Amino acid sequence: MLTQALFRALDKKAVWVIGIFLAVAVYVPVANLLIPPGQFGHVPTYLVSLLGKYLSYAILALALDLVWGYCGILSLGHSAFFALGGYAMGMYLMRQIGTRGVYGNPTLPDFMVFLNWKELPWYWLGFDNFWFAMAMVVVVPGLLAFIFGFFAFRSRVTGVYLSIITQAMTFALLLAFFRNDMGFGGNNGLTDFKDILGAPVQAQTTRVILFSSTAIALALSVLVCSMIVNSKLGKVMVAVRDAESRTRFIGYRVEYVKLFAFTVSAIMAGIAGALYVPQVGIINPGEFEPGNSIEVVIWTAVGGRGTLIGPIIGAIVVNLGKSWFTSALPEFWLFALGALFIFVTLFLPKGIVGLWKQVFGARRKKVEEPATPSPAQSADIERGEDPSTFDNPQPRPAE
Amino acid sequence: MSKVQDTMLYLNGVSVAFDGFRAINNLSIIVRPTEMLAIIGPNGAGKTTMMDIITGKTRPDAGEVMFDGRTDLTKLDEATIANLGIGRKFQKPTVFESHTIWDNLEMALKKPRGIFATLFYTASDDDVARITEILETVRLLHRKDEFAANLSHGQKQWLEIGMLLAQDPKLLLVDEPVAGMTDSETEETAKLLREIAQTRSVVVVEHDMSFVRELGSRVVCLAEGAVLAEGTLDQVSANPAVIERYLGR
Repeated sequence: MLTQALFRALDKKAVWVIGIFLAVAVYVPVANLLIPPGQFGHVPTYLVSLLGKYLSYAILALALDLVWGYCGILSLGHSAFFALGGYAMGMYLMRQIGTRGVYGNPTLPDFMVFLNWKELPWYWLGFDNFWFAMAMVVVVPGLLAFIFGFFAFRSRVTGVYLSIITQAMTFALLLAFFRNDMGFGGNNGLTDFKDILGAPVQAQTTRVILFSSTAIALALSVLVCSMIVNSKLGKVMVAVRDAESRTRFIGYRVEYVKLFAFTVSAIMAGIAGALYVPQVGIINPGEFEPGNSIEVVIWTAVGGRGTLIGPIIGAIVVNLGKSWFTSALPEFWLFALGALFIFVTLFLPKGIVGLWKQVFGARRKKVEEPATPSPAQSADIERGEDPSTFDNPQPRPAE
Repeated sequence: MSKVQDTMLYLNGVSVAFDGFRAINNLSIIVRPTEMLAIIGPNGAGKTTMMDIITGKTRPDAGEVMFDGRTDLTKLDEATIANLGIGRKFQKPTVFESHTIWDNLEMALKKPRGIFATLFYTASDDDVARITEILETVRLLHRKDEFAANLSHGQKQWLEIGMLLAQDPKLLLVDEPVAGMTDSETEETAKLLREIAQTRSVVVVEHDMSFVRELGSRVVCLAEGAVLAEGTLDQVSANPAVIERYLGR
């Protein structure tokens, strides 16, 4: 059962994408650690972390694409799941600081000492254990998405209304995490990390391992998404996207299909956030910013939604652009982003991948297409029915 | 009136109003097992609303809707009703355009509809044979790998009938199946529906009188949400009320 599903998942395109990211996961550490600086092929350490950040964004974009591109749920709150995963990782990293904090308190993080807290709140318990924290990276975003989705989809909230409430969800979390009383470090968030699994976070080898983990996580995400979208369930998801009520009338529980996609997607976003935090060294409530979620939508749209490679390309390309723009012309970045979104919506509705298919697909078609009509068309013509007239129903009596 | 237990579909005193407008007004209709019923009537007579009530899209304000003599449909949602064995073809053909014709049928095929059953589904030889058989019946076998979007209007209608067959329902609700079809296709459709009605109950809503004549079934004429006349097509079309309210217009 599972093997068949795996076999289906590994179609030619998915194998390529997975292969590329696994190769990257191997190549970048080698290029960083073994090739000396200045020599051809060397990847500097700052670039390793930057690329790692992009790849975690790519996982987030892929997660969004699973719900938006394949299931038609435009979530404008996906960075909430990303940030929750990031906070779970951040909490683990905070607990690892131990007595090296400014106040030297062995259990309480600095901000709690500063706020005069006497003991660790119950929801911080267990986060000193790496595997518990990793479980929370999956469970917290997954559970929130499940509960949120259960009520939203059961009440048949769709389209723009759903987008608005997802936006409201991330905004509510933003405000909540800004409060010092919440116990997540208020607007400063969690930072000043020291160790991860005993290794210093800032060390070159740790950074390289984090990068490789991110690349492998991305490859696995592609595999899981490919497995889902190539299954019959994936086809049903597309059916829900295109004709929701019709899908209901052939007997599928649309709300469960959506709930499944939404929950899986939130878990992927959480994992992306957990990989992001140790590489950038901070997590704060700014990650819940509604604007962040909208940016994810733009990456996905630019790359090409409804494809597995599109959102990955989009996330990397747009963020490369962002890195360049924010250093060269910082005040114009938001205008450029807005213009990009309008341009893509108007001229490239299927994104970069769609453009690629159009250019190269058309050329291939020209070669393959024979001059004579296809058997189907000629059969219609033989029966004396010009296929082109089918779309114009004749007026009928008593109508 | 026959007993509820012996009916496939039993509507009794059904009413529904939208913002005070009574779309269905004390409507009572019976469909027996393996019976075909044609429903005619002017626009706004409540034909589509009636189908919405049967399939769970609209809740009636009053009245009984029973399926297969024992299941109360007014409490159930669309997916449950579809899985009980009621298939519906819409007025505007709605097939899944970004899927191939084959995939359209594979999704409609009567199989467990749960999330994980669907995720790990692999077509068995029986499934492939059944889909192939249906494709032959609706004459789309040679186009099975094309996207449904590429089909003509009439072919989409046929694909939708094929999807109904794949669902293997006990009762088929077919809304305007021959709109957009050529005369020969219309004839074929009538033949196909008559064949289906040998083993299942079929309710057909149609404006095309020559098509209804070919069906050769019992006819009910609706107007303003209630039954205006009932009987053979000849009886119904001779009814003065029908001539005045529907045919004469």
